[in-house]
Amino acid sequence: MSDEWPLWEVFVRAKGGLNHRHVGSVHAPDSELALRHARDTYTRREEGVSLWVVPSASIVASDPADSGPMFEPAQDKVYRHPTFYDIPDVVTHI
Amino acid sequence: MYTTEMGKQPNVKPIGPAEDPALLEAFEARVAADEFIEPKDWMPEAYRRTLVRQISQHAHSEIVGMLPEGNWITRAPSLRRKAILLAKVQDEAGHGLYLYCAAETLGTSRDEMTRALLSGKAKYSTIFNYPTLTWADMGAIGWLVDGAAIMNQVPLQRTSYGPYARAMVRVCKEESFHQRQGYEIMIALANGTAAQKRMAQDALNRWWWPSLMMFGPPDADSPNTAQSMRWRIKRDTNDDLRQKFVDITVPQAEFLGLTIPDPDLKWNEERGAHDYGAIDWEEFYAVVRGEGPVAKERMKARRDAWDEGAWVREAAMAHEAKRKAKAA
Repeated sequence: MSDEWPLWEVFVRAKGGLNHRHVGSVHAPDSELALRHARDTYTRREEGVSLWVVPSASIVASDPADSGPMFEPAQDKVYRHPTFYDIPDVVTHI
Repeated sequence: MYTTEMGKQPNVKPIGPAEDPALLEAFEARVAADEFIEPKDWMPEAYRRTLVRQISQHAHSEIVGMLPEGNWITRAPSLRRKAILLAKVQDEAGHGLYLYCAAETLGTSRDEMTRALLSGKAKYSTIFNYPTLTWADMGAIGWLVDGAAIMNQVPLQRTSYGPYARAMVRVCKEESFHQRQGYEIMIALANGTAAQKRMAQDALNRWWWPSLMMFGPPDADSPNTAQSMRWRIKRDTNDDLRQKFVDITVPQAEFLGLTIPDPDLKWNEERGAHDYGAIDWEEFYAVVRGEGPVAKERMKARRDAWDEGAWVREAAMAHEAKRKAKAA
């Protein structure tokens, strides 16, 4: 049992025009079987028109413990939002 | 299908002594505010362990749950019923896989979980240790067992652990078909010949009590309920869900013209709910211990599937290793 099939993360595009979205994972010995397992596991009811499978080991993720330093600096940069700017009401289409 | 917390596990230690109180407090506050906890977030060890146990047992139940119904695929009475049953059993496999994948995000490997099932260390729902004797059992299972499962699973879509909650959303979306196809089988039998109607009644007689047991031990004997509710791993108590199930199922049985096998069952005007008879918890614990009518057969089927599939798993890995070596 030591030789477990590797884990693959599965992404599904629900329909043209939408991004692929993470839905879960499957175990498979290679990429071709990973795609087939992903199809059987995650698209039994027309949930998608396209699949991506990525070896889970290849995913690099940010550390939730660092989410403060990572994402909070954006909080004090309100001037990045259009509502930050004061424009008189008489001016239209802006 | 679904399993709830089974048997009388020892109380899970609420909080490990080595855990940082500040982290713990922040965690409790997030959960209390109905925030989702995600795989890499800090979590108390007991939360992690409780989840691994609950999710893996749930997954095992889906996998073992394929056996009682798989038993009837070749004998379904029409092509339509066969296609439906095949799709349902395939869904159960899918549900097992969604759940294993959620449990794996907690740092437990699929192989560890499989080993725990095959060695008998991990439990699965007691309901699957009852035999499926007639075609009517396919109706009763869909109607009652999947009905009870839905009752259990719908609140878990809001469970605090993100991957578990998301798996439950997928499961719930698919589960309604399972219950409706089962009830449709019951309608057909209940409106059929006298023998068919007897068959439907017999299935209801055999599946009613085991279905009520699916909600798990009474609240008074469910030591971990309070902690699991606080952690939003569980959203309703066993007894509350059981009551809800009885109340919605009684009129469904009436519509079929079938009798629920409980002489104490009656509407209680004051409570606005049905009173029902005492559940035989000794039977429940016996089945949890593996003494169910077909428990040995179920475990043998899983072990054989694992052992007989070993060469396929190994060959697939060997093939990929060879291909990689050639490409290099």
